Amino acid sequence: MTILVGEETKLVVQGITGREGQTHTLAMLKYGTNVVAGVTPGKSGEKVDRVPVYDSVRRAKSSHPEINASIIFVPAQFAADAVYEAIDSGIDLIVEITEHVPVHDSIKFINYARGRRVTIIGPNCPGLISPSESKVGIMPGHIFSKGQVGMVSRSGTLTYEIAWVLTKAGLGQSTAVGIGGDPIIGRDVLEIVDMFEKDPGTSSIVAIGEIGGDAEERLAQKVKRDGLKKPMVAFIAGREAPPGKRMGHAGAIISMGAGTAKSKIDALESAGVKVAVLPSEIPSLIRSSGK
Amino acid sequence: MKIHEYQARELFQSAGIPVPRGELCRTPEEVKKVATGIGKPVVIKSQILVAGRGKAGGIKPASDPSEAYEVSKNLLGATIKGIKVTSVLVVEAVKPQKELYLGFTVDRARRKIALIASGEGGIDLEELARSKPDKIFRREIDPVMGLHGFEARDAAVEIGLAGKTASDFVSICQKMYSIFERVDADLLESNPLAIGGETGSLVALDSRITVDDNAIFRHPEYQQVDEELTPLEREATAAGLAYVQLDGDIGIIGNGAGLVMATLDVVAHFGGRPANFLDMGGGSKADDVYKAVKICLEQENLKSVFLNVLGGITKCDEVANGLVRALKESSNKVPFVVRMVGTNEEEGRRILAESGIAYLDSMEEAAEATVRISKQ
Repeated sequence: MTILVGEETKLVVQGITGREGQTHTLAMLKYGTNVVAGVTPGKSGEKVDRVPVYDSVRRAKSSHPEINASIIFVPAQFAADAVYEAIDSGIDLIVEITEHVPVHDSIKFINYARGRRVTIIGPNCPGLISPSESKVGIMPGHIFSKGQVGMVSRSGTLTYEIAWVLTKAGLGQSTAVGIGGDPIIGRDVLEIVDMFEKDPGTSSIVAIGEIGGDAEERLAQKVKRDGLKKPMVAFIAGREAPPGKRMGHAGAIISMGAGTAKSKIDALESAGVKVAVLPSEIPSLIRSSGK
Repeated sequence: MKIHEYQARELFQSAGIPVPRGELCRTPEEVKKVATGIGKPVVIKSQILVAGRGKAGGIKPASDPSEAYEVSKNLLGATIKGIKVTSVLVVEAVKPQKELYLGFTVDRARRKIALIASGEGGIDLEELARSKPDKIFRREIDPVMGLHGFEARDAAVEIGLAGKTASDFVSICQKMYSIFERVDADLLESNPLAIGGETGSLVALDSRITVDDNAIFRHPEYQQVDEELTPLEREATAAGLAYVQLDGDIGIIGNGAGLVMATLDVVAHFGGRPANFLDMGGGSKADDVYKAVKICLEQENLKSVFLNVLGGITKCDEVANGLVRALKESSNKVPFVVRMVGTNEEEGRRILAESGIAYLDSMEEAAEATVRISKQ
């Protein structure tokens, strides 16, 4: 089993004819993802590889009613519109890859989606992958391998780094979810950890956090309160980050002394979660924590 | 992106929120004229985008126009926290009967807009949150619905307001929320919002707005150079790179914010001191890598540089080409340690090998090597 994406995923790509949209559509097809349609207004009738392009999500959905997920590559100014289009077309998983989406746009579409029980991943994320089943994202597929470790991360390349360490150590992944580096995201680390806890195909969890916000602290509180059914190892980036400086991601900033790596590491450790100092320690920490 | 107090004040004023009388001035003569017009004691506030400008001497009172002239003569042209003062806001000094706090911000955890109000304003909100958390009223606003009247009324009642003050507060609250939305603010506050003067009416003595960087394309009038950036940080920002200057001696370049942050941590773990954070971003082409290496090498006193690339959408051959070109042109012969794996790895390594640049597979080994070299 996997979470959110798997063999059953039937994907539409919004912004399929743009440079990023095309590149990643080809890569997803090559990986074996079931990409059934693409959307770019004004480009109906075209094809990207074997994928037909439609003018609207509505048109794509009426020709392919099986569509159950969307991945969005449209530029930031138009991203919100694309998300609303997907929500109103009845798609219940939307992966928003686009970076630099205005926070007032994302906070509105995320709340709108919640009211309609639609799951949004992102914005500013690498997407998700359930190895050897489905890749709905921009990650290099060959780094991941099928297995039972559930990964959740705010960062793209750091996920790849750690997935690679896991794969080399013989620890495959059930699903890896890149939740995004923005301050406001559709699903946060707590919600994804919850899904992994319920997923029979996941036997341990790796949570990758970074400075900024208090999601990791809230995760620690939750673990303290409710406990965890599965072993979890965390890694927190940004121990060397100075306060007040934005470290690449819009959400990676220590503001007024809050959101430091130390505060997150201390909170997690006091809740009994093992926190790796180096990525290479993660496999042995997973193995030593049982299962 | 912080905007200047005078800009925030203009937004408040045009929305009909009462602010003290005053004007932006660039010369002591202008200051004198404005102070004369006000005809009462004034406060002279340096328009610089740094936190803590008051404590650093950037805000001064003056009891009459000639004192205002003298005070502003010292302030204008002075350097406060490394930033030159080129303009001051001259406003009527209002004696508050009571100071309130009112602000809106983006609540990351709940993914809502937070309305924050307190009957005890005038001090730092964080300070207040520590010392008197029960004096802070907080309400989550659904961004799709916007601010309801009752939510603003609840805030007024809960912070102890009544009568006309309460209804004025509700009106200010609604006006502030509409500015918050209109300018894509991620923070908007008035601290203090004062019950002022003889009349006892509300007046926003201070106004602070931060506009979301990602939305600045909708508000080009607020696009400004972040005055707190170092010259190198400004240059890097202009080149589209995420760069933060630090005080160590090991240059760090990588692709992806999380990986670069982790690279700094690993280098520090092995005893090294990072000189910068430089994220080239995903999918960098040779040109981007070239620019990144050039900027990294501009920092003085580097002992070694660690280039850490995990190629996903970034291709190793592009990275190698950019690096080789930048190093060929540079007179700075600081040693480079390259860790490069992923997409087009073989081709990238061939290019590096031809130019005699060594590379490693593991980020941790490479970090250790970089630290070792920096200490030789």
